[in-house]
Amino acid sequence: MDLLIEYRSQLWAGLVTTVQIALASLFFSVALGLIGAWAKLSANRTARALAGAYTTLVRGVPDLVLIMLVFFGGQVTLNAIGAATGLWDYLEVSQFAAGALTIGVIFGAYFTETFRGAILAIPRGQIEAGISIGMSRPLLFRRIVWPQMVRYALPGFGNNWLVQLKTTALVSVIGLQDLVYNAFAAGRSTDALFTFMAAAFVIYLGLTALSDLGLRALERRYSRGVQRA
Amino acid sequence: MIRKTLIAAATLATLATGAFAQDKLRIGVEGAYPPFSFKQADGSLAGFDIDIAMALCAEMKRDCELVEQDWDGMIPALKAKKFDAIVASMSITEERKRQIDFSAKYYKTPARVVAKKDSGLEGTATGLAGKRLGVQRGSTHQCYAEKMFPEAEIVLYGTQEEVFSDLALGRIDAQLSDSLISQESFLSKPEGADFAFLAGDHTDVDCYGEGVGIAVRQGEEELRDAFSAAITAIRDNGTYKTVNDKYFPFDIYGGRPDGM
Repeated sequence: MDLLIEYRSQLWAGLVTTVQIALASLFFSVALGLIGAWAKLSANRTARALAGAYTTLVRGVPDLVLIMLVFFGGQVTLNAIGAATGLWDYLEVSQFAAGALTIGVIFGAYFTETFRGAILAIPRGQIEAGISIGMSRPLLFRRIVWPQMVRYALPGFGNNWLVQLKTTALVSVIGLQDLVYNAFAAGRSTDALFTFMAAAFVIYLGLTALSDLGLRALERRYSRGVQRA
Repeated sequence: MIRKTLIAAATLATLATGAFAQDKLRIGVEGAYPPFSFKQADGSLAGFDIDIAMALCAEMKRDCELVEQDWDGMIPALKAKKFDAIVASMSITEERKRQIDFSAKYYKTPARVVAKKDSGLEGTATGLAGKRLGVQRGSTHQCYAEKMFPEAEIVLYGTQEEVFSDLALGRIDAQLSDSLISQESFLSKPEGADFAFLAGDHTDVDCYGEGVGIAVRQGEEELRDAFSAAITAIRDNGTYKTVNDKYFPFDIYGGRPDGM
């Protein structure tokens, strides 16, 4: 316990990084998920094929492999381009950007499927009704598709988010000092690995409990007007 | 589509931060391998590797920046130019040499023989003749014991822990293992109180390899040689000894680089 108090600034800094990465990657993945779902449901064959390739590829490769590939592979590629064009000698790929982006891209694929399923769950007749009374496409989206899509997507969204929050632990391999990295370093340095792992366990549990509360509030909000059975 | 473009632009902007700073020498370190490299409560790095890195930088008159990197990504990060050198207790091995280059060793914890304080034994081929010498099976120490102490009765164990406990129980007369491990897990403990090292460091290159060096990218001979020269320099001017004595009760350099 004394050790935890001594190293509290390290744990706190790690927690902040973990939350930042999780939120930044959530932003990327929701954006990609919406674009992906739109593409998969569009009449455009190229868009469908691209979105299909994206979800298949990303969901089929281990997260750790993708992170290493983007961070180290991306850097090597940048270096090679710089050397070939003579424009730069070394351009730093920021660890934070690489970590958040990669996790965002990975989970964007899962969100694509979540959003696609949610849109498909909206009764077709409602959209047809909207069109028949002359709603414009943006209005149709805002009044009919969005509120219901969110409601249908929320359980899947919550699931994805919890997994995403824990996946941020993988960024420690690229040297980003998140909660797991700092807890591990402190544990190894003080010969009290178990103490710090237990602390990380409790902190993650706290984060997921908080997320659960937030998700439940969202579910209530988007279920207004729907009778509970 | 506009949204996609915006995201791409924002991403590129964040990716391209930081920069062209090539004048600084960046050194990859680990931070989770005490007492060589560890983190203090305020998050700062400390340890033998860290102090040696700083001493070498001072010797080379280079401005250095320590970059903390997880062990698993150490070599990839070096190759991707995230930093220019690794000072993280990395052993020089043939396998690693295919990917990266190493300076001369900066330490190589010697193997040493441990026996009872009053045993009167000597850690030599004749001194251990006919004595029971314990080593871990399949280890570098077995290789060395068979080569250097052919007259001794070599007793093999599955783990190093068993070697220590049988030595404490008196079932063997002496044991041969890494000096740092003997110090940390046996001699400094109550059960090892009556025991001590016999004189003599054992650092044979055939059995024990070359030791621990500083890694640089292949083709950077100038930097590699600068590190090697700086290691020799701090050995000679006493800086190495100051750093060494701060962490260890004996010299961990382990003899001349040729291992003799």
